[in-house]
Amino acid sequence: MLPRRRFAEILLGTGFVATAVASLYPVLRYLIPPKATDLGTDSVVAGHAGELKPNSGKIFRFGSRPGLLIRTASGDYRAMSATCTHLSCTVQYRGDLHEVWCACHNGMYDLNGRNVSGPPPRPLELFDVQVRGDEIFVRRHREG
Amino acid sequence: MPEKSASPHYCLTADSSRLKPVGMPKALFAAIVVLLWSFANGQTKDSCLDCHSALPEPLGVTQEKFSHDIHAHKGLRCASCHGGDPTSDDPDKAMSRKAGWKGKIDRRQIPQLCGSCHSDPAYMRQFNPSLRTDQLSQYETSVHGKRLAGGDSKVAVCTDCHSVHGIRAPTDPASTVNPVNVANTCAHCHADANHMSAYKIPTDQFAEYRKSVHHEALIVRGDLSAPTCTTCHGNHGATPPGVASVANVCSTCHVFQAQLFDSSPHKQAFAAASMPGCVTCHSNHGIVHPTDEFIGTGDKSVCTQCHTQGDPGYAAAAQMKQQLGQLQTAIGNTDQILGTAERSGMEVSQAKLDLTQARDSLIKARVAIHSFNVDRVASDIKPGLETAAKDYDAGRKALAERNYRRLGLGISLVAIAFVLVGLRLYIKQIER
Amino acid sequence: MTLLQNVRQWLNERLEWDDLIEPLRKKSVPLHKLSYWYFLGGITLFLFVIQVLTGILLLLYYRPGANEAFESVQYIMTQVQFGWLIRSIHSWSANLMIFTAFAHMFSVLFLKAYRKPRELTWVSGVLLLFLVMGFGFSGYLLPWNTLAFFATKVGTDIAGQVPVIGKPLLIFLRGGEEVTGATLTRFFGFHVAVLPGLATLLILIHVLLIQRQGISVPAKLELEWKAHPAERREMKFFPNFMLRELMAWYMGLGVLGVLAAIFPWNLGVKADPFSSAPAGIKPEWYFLFMFQTLKLIPAKVGFIDGEVLGVLLFGAVGLLWLLLPFFESDDPSRPKPWISRFAVFALAYVAGMSVYGHLAK
Repeated sequence: MLPRRRFAEILLGTGFVATAVASLYPVLRYLIPPKATDLGTDSVVAGHAGELKPNSGKIFRFGSRPGLLIRTASGDYRAMSATCTHLSCTVQYRGDLHEVWCACHNGMYDLNGRNVSGPPPRPLELFDVQVRGDEIFVRRHREG
Repeated sequence: MPEKSASPHYCLTADSSRLKPVGMPKALFAAIVVLLWSFANGQTKDSCLDCHSALPEPLGVTQEKFSHDIHAHKGLRCASCHGGDPTSDDPDKAMSRKAGWKGKIDRRQIPQLCGSCHSDPAYMRQFNPSLRTDQLSQYETSVHGKRLAGGDSKVAVCTDCHSVHGIRAPTDPASTVNPVNVANTCAHCHADANHMSAYKIPTDQFAEYRKSVHHEALIVRGDLSAPTCTTCHGNHGATPPGVASVANVCSTCHVFQAQLFDSSPHKQAFAAASMPGCVTCHSNHGIVHPTDEFIGTGDKSVCTQCHTQGDPGYAAAAQMKQQLGQLQTAIGNTDQILGTAERSGMEVSQAKLDLTQARDSLIKARVAIHSFNVDRVASDIKPGLETAAKDYDAGRKALAERNYRRLGLGISLVAIAFVLVGLRLYIKQIER
Repeated sequence: MTLLQNVRQWLNERLEWDDLIEPLRKKSVPLHKLSYWYFLGGITLFLFVIQVLTGILLLLYYRPGANEAFESVQYIMTQVQFGWLIRSIHSWSANLMIFTAFAHMFSVLFLKAYRKPRELTWVSGVLLLFLVMGFGFSGYLLPWNTLAFFATKVGTDIAGQVPVIGKPLLIFLRGGEEVTGATLTRFFGFHVAVLPGLATLLILIHVLLIQRQGISVPAKLELEWKAHPAERREMKFFPNFMLRELMAWYMGLGVLGVLAAIFPWNLGVKADPFSSAPAGIKPEWYFLFMFQTLKLIPAKVGFIDGEVLGVLLFGAVGLLWLLLPFFESDDPSRPKPWISRFAVFALAYVAGMSVYGHLAK
């Protein structure tokens, strides 16, 4: 049976160390930056060079909403919001029509996001595209 | 410019039946004012407007009103339609039959008068080459045109819709025939029970339209692609589409629903019963936003208008309703769990984004209803249910992670308890 | 010699702090029925230190600016490892600190520890209380959510009601006429630089004064102990009181952990300056008693605007609070009775109005 004082010291020592570790461990993990360093609200990497064939599109994530990245038949990139302005379905690129199409109610947008046919009341918000090396950056459009 | 007449001239007063001679000095003064006025307006002499702008209704046409008139903008004057001599201040000379004065145009002659220019492509080309010139021929096929030809002058003629001395282009938001104003213009007659009493057609169309989604889209939200009266009935050739063809009109915009309907058993059945497609369930003027209550066998359902318990249609309706409800519930549950997880500080943004696909499926399923085929609806419902289930799972995992945090908390609390007990004992020890 | 003693000697040879440390060994805490109240000051200090530490950690990821602030807090809560813990501890500890600061102030008030020669300790303490509420007000806006945005709007509107200097004060606080991103930047500056600097200075003064003067004893007891020195009960600060205080601090840490893990702090919805204020917008609980008072004052009292009167009243009461010790009598055996009664009324008022404000629509 340990003397009381010794017991108290051991308990205290263990407790101090345990609480110190329990405090320091989260702090140290906190200090390591997460992989997604950007907030994802202003600009994201939407894809990589060579990922998209000409005249095709893909959906990417922009903040909490979907975006549409299109590679036109002539090879350049367009990006716009993929949320249909009618009832918020996700639109898609139709290579056969060279237009953006919403499968829910047959809404159509041109490659500039303008609503050209069907129920959508407003155009799709356009984004800026910048190709930097291998990565395709999409950014919210800023006024010049 | 003809010389001013030296004799006393006359002006029509409010009591238009009597001509009152005006004294010389007054006349001179009036002439100077008129001359200065016409210089100020930079316009050629127009004695019609000079007098008539000072008169009250119904003879009055204010300068201000006329200044908005598109014919005035193009250089046409009163005399262009009414004839007469605008250069003379003498009412007898200005409004003489010899000068071609027509006076007030009789209603039955108005379409011909307007058509004398508007149906002449060579003439109209001088002003606006892109304007159509078939209005008069269209009008003659319309209910209004046919009845007018039969002697009924109560029906609408050009000026009833376009107004007369302040005609604005249809693209002008203040124009009576601008899309946002068309329903009001039609309602002037069609909602007036007295005016329409002889015609035995309802007068509730405008009231019904006001309740509709089309009205809300066009008037409230300003979406010019939404229909108004003339979109479905035509403007100059205004005629109701008719039972057999109303579905064609709706399908101009509502393409998917129309295609599905055409391949459904309802197409034949409705045609056989002379029931109009679309309108039977959705009504014609008071088209409200459909809800899931329209489907199924409940009391708000449109299916039970024809289907009764025991027939396959009744069963299909109930099944489709159940399918929609199932997906809606699944989405609701997933939404809830993801919301709880997010409020607890968990990262579920990807799952929330993915859930939008399930919502897309529900929207597509509601279109698929128009096939009235359970399997077709199921082909949209199924992927939606799968997505909702996957995201629900993600929510559960997030909550599990949250509970894992509480475990970590528990461990820390144990460590703290150690310290507290240890301190207590230690204090007791050193103070013995 | 042990390692610890070696290190001490090494430091002492260079810092020559032995004569500074000596008095600390002798530092004692009076023991009596009400001694437990002495913990409150230390707890407040402990919570302040927690705020500084968690605040610095949050600074590593937080971005001030209307278009990034909310998202950066969301990022901390959902992407950064244990970000939820740091942020929730920061928010909870803020509230607890304000509570303990008020409790500390009231306990000092009732124990009459502010009387001569401790007037300046009281003054620095009341100023610290004001600073702490300023911390709460400025920090609350930083996540840039709807509740915070409108609470700031209402709060600065009230500040603008001060006669004469109200408008310039409002513009100074808001960084403009309206609450915008400029307000956020400004509040951020106040919260992480200006207020901490002032608070550190005042805390140093406050603690230094306590070190110099020792801990106050209730007046009656002081007289008794003067008459009968043998009855004096004391506890050494190091290590006895210090260890007990450590217990209180660890309990505080446990409470914070529980609160942060089981009731993580809400993120809310990103502020939209063009939307209308949510119905029944209220400030945080520590401002409720003032807010509710203002709501109860009629729109016009005589010829004075009701809100202006309210603001002036608070200013007057605040000034009275700051200078309270100077109203107290010099003779500890005959304290001014109105101060005690006023103290009871004040506590009842603050508590009652806070509850009322919470329950009112």
